[in-house]
Amino acid sequence: MSLRGVAAVVGLAERAPQRYTEGETNLELLSGIAVDAMADAGIARDEVDGLLVHPIGGLPGFVPATVAEFIGLRPRFAELVDLGGATGAGMVWRAAAAIGAGMCTTCLCLTGTRRRRRRPSSVPGDSGPDPAARRPRSNPPTRDRSPHAEFDAPYGMVGANVGYALLANRYAYEYGLTDAQRAKVAVDQRRNANANPAAFFHDQPLTIDDVLGSDVICEPLRMLEIVMPTAGAAALVITAADRVADAAQRPAWLLGAGESVTHSSFAQAPDLGETGVGIAARAAFSSAGVDPADIGLASLYDCYTIMVLLTLEEAGFCKPGEAGAFVESHDLTFSGDFPLNTHGGQLSFGQSGMAGGMSHVTEAVRQIQGRGGERQVGGVEIAYAHGNGGIIAEQVGLVFGADR
Amino acid sequence: MSTRPVPPTSELTQPYWDAARRGQLALQRCEPCGHRPFPPRATCPSCGSSSLPWSPVSGRATVYSYTIAYRPPHPAFAAQLPLVVAIVELEEGPRMFTNIVGCDPADVEVGMAVVATSEPIDGTDMVLPVFTPTKENGSSD
Repeated sequence: MSLRGVAAVVGLAERAPQRYTEGETNLELLSGIAVDAMADAGIARDEVDGLLVHPIGGLPGFVPATVAEFIGLRPRFAELVDLGGATGAGMVWRAAAAIGAGMCTTCLCLTGTRRRRRRPSSVPGDSGPDPAARRPRSNPPTRDRSPHAEFDAPYGMVGANVGYALLANRYAYEYGLTDAQRAKVAVDQRRNANANPAAFFHDQPLTIDDVLGSDVICEPLRMLEIVMPTAGAAALVITAADRVADAAQRPAWLLGAGESVTHSSFAQAPDLGETGVGIAARAAFSSAGVDPADIGLASLYDCYTIMVLLTLEEAGFCKPGEAGAFVESHDLTFSGDFPLNTHGGQLSFGQSGMAGGMSHVTEAVRQIQGRGGERQVGGVEIAYAHGNGGIIAEQVGLVFGADR
Repeated sequence: MSTRPVPPTSELTQPYWDAARRGQLALQRCEPCGHRPFPPRATCPSCGSSSLPWSPVSGRATVYSYTIAYRPPHPAFAAQLPLVVAIVELEEGPRMFTNIVGCDPADVEVGMAVVATSEPIDGTDMVLPVFTPTKENGSSD
């Protein structure tokens, strides 16, 4: 079964990223954004019969049921998607597939996170503070733990900065890449954010020198090419082809999708040129029947500048090793010759947990729908959105079209 | 001695840590197919066999990539900056995370030849394998 033309995004809602939230729970945040997305689509709550959510801190299980009850839904398709930064994109094709299989007709895809001032545990794979990891020789030997905690974290492979710095240095070793080439991505995206009132860094201009002058956090990566965690939320309404005409918004049709999961620990990742980025992107393009050259807007996951560069070439927008030269020779802004991350990317928009990855999808949809406002790209017929989780571990590519 | 997040071990992985305490780097080796999986497995990710006895490896490796962390990626590393976090490729094939120690961080480069050494973990009886440049160093990647 091809997913082309099976379903379309007909509504969305997004809460502008903010640094912290006070008081509000994740459930409250998600129910609020759900109501907003249904209103945007002009679709009533009782018409929604599919729900896709992601793991929520504090809820050890039963997440879809908990969220459904809280919002007041009784879905016939209830899904938990757990693909890190690729989660939002991964929800989209799953929704379309469920619709195509006749399991439901209209899905709500919810992402978002609150953010309190106190930092949570920063050990990936952990859902919270873990006394066992600090208490020597007392770990129950049969407790399930990610090998990451045992073989990566003890060396400082904690959080994502180290992993993407390793990626950047390996990339530079194989292909050559300058600090200024990476910085160009952050700077062009900031110009996009300067035209997006919802972007966290909307009011702050950025130059190459600003990026190069910011602190090195993990060599070679600097502060201003590293995404900033924020609080926020994003939701989509996806409905079946025969329901599209009933919705309040123009459809952004899902034309194709691809997914890949290649590893958990970055030490076990495939070599450059063979990553899941390319696997997912090629599957998305081929199932949509389009080429990278047909794309009018690229909305590529950008936790770090290096991720955009890697995705550009592994997804086929340029040749392997040429991403640095590609970004230098193209204007990546909404008015440029290669519009990229026109919402500012997460680097300038903000990364609100799983809603950060979803922001690449919402922007692709908005541009297809002609709702880009000041940053609207002229005549986007086909857009590509890419989600990335872990240290290039989980990948989802989506192709959207204005026409079925 | 260094402070770190303490590795949570399991029955499966205990031979790795026992070897480390003896100053050895040991990996599983699949009896039927010869694959050396890392991290440790219950079934061979190459052929599916559950016959995966442990044996020492050479400890020789090359730096696949590295970074120098100037901010602590975890509070335990606050007093150990700058910290060189690396992925090394063992002579026997597998890649693993490690730290490069015993040299100026600025001298570390991709392709550098390194060899395993031992780093006791503060407050435990555990020993963590880390890597240091080989004496007569030359790029060999």
